[in-house]
Amino acid sequence: MPHADAGPFDQQVASHRDYLLRFARLQLRNDAWAEDAVSDTLLAALSKPLSFGSRSQLKTWLVGILKHKIIDALRHHGREVCVGGDSDDEQADPLEFMAFKADGHFGERPAEWGNPEQDLSSRQFMEILEACASKLPASQGRLFLMREWLELSSEEICKELGLTATNLYVQLHRARLRLRECLELNWFASPRAT
Amino acid sequence: MSSYPFKRTCKEVSALLIAREDRDLPLADRLALRVHMAMCQACPSFERQVLTMRNAMKNWRQYANDPRDDA
Repeated sequence: MPHADAGPFDQQVASHRDYLLRFARLQLRNDAWAEDAVSDTLLAALSKPLSFGSRSQLKTWLVGILKHKIIDALRHHGREVCVGGDSDDEQADPLEFMAFKADGHFGERPAEWGNPEQDLSSRQFMEILEACASKLPASQGRLFLMREWLELSSEEICKELGLTATNLYVQLHRARLRLRECLELNWFASPRAT
Repeated sequence: MSSYPFKRTCKEVSALLIAREDRDLPLADRLALRVHMAMCQACPSFERQVLTMRNAMKNWRQYANDPRDDA
């Protein structure tokens, strides 16, 4: 069923390519894998044209297909996905850089971030959040987004990637604390005009 | 661990609060967490940060999965 503002289905689908690529890159952290996953997504979509009432519905449908293609890619690349680098920075436990005293208690109280719901759904915040996620070391970022974007359980991630639970938890621990630090520096503690 | 099976430092508690995002904690850790949180001034602030991040990721997921408009 054609719509007033609708170009050919192919063009509509193709117009979302950049959007899909942004998330594929964020999750896969490898341009070639991301390009492949997005191409597979567009091909799959074009092979079964559906009618959508709006651009955003089409987009949501495409994102759903993309997630499946991305899980295929992650499974396919298996160990490459979850093997971290061995730089000191990546191996460091961010807890060691927080304000703990020698006895393990907080030297200063963690900041109150406040939780204004509106701020946390703002476009500006989303950009900071994505920038922080994209700055995580690649393996940490992939595992973190498998939890938070693909919404896989820890057990599913270990199974898909052949990763031990201990290894997964160490990497997620580092990823979450790094993200915390990045958000604190770039959002919660930074003066901003809102 | 010392003679206090449920005693944890803030550092240990912070690690548990982060771990809780990805796995179920064993009963002993859950109890230790409760005991510590009831007595500590600082860790509840850290817990609020973790919960704010959880909330933020939920918003982001929604924003990424169900784009309301053309971006």
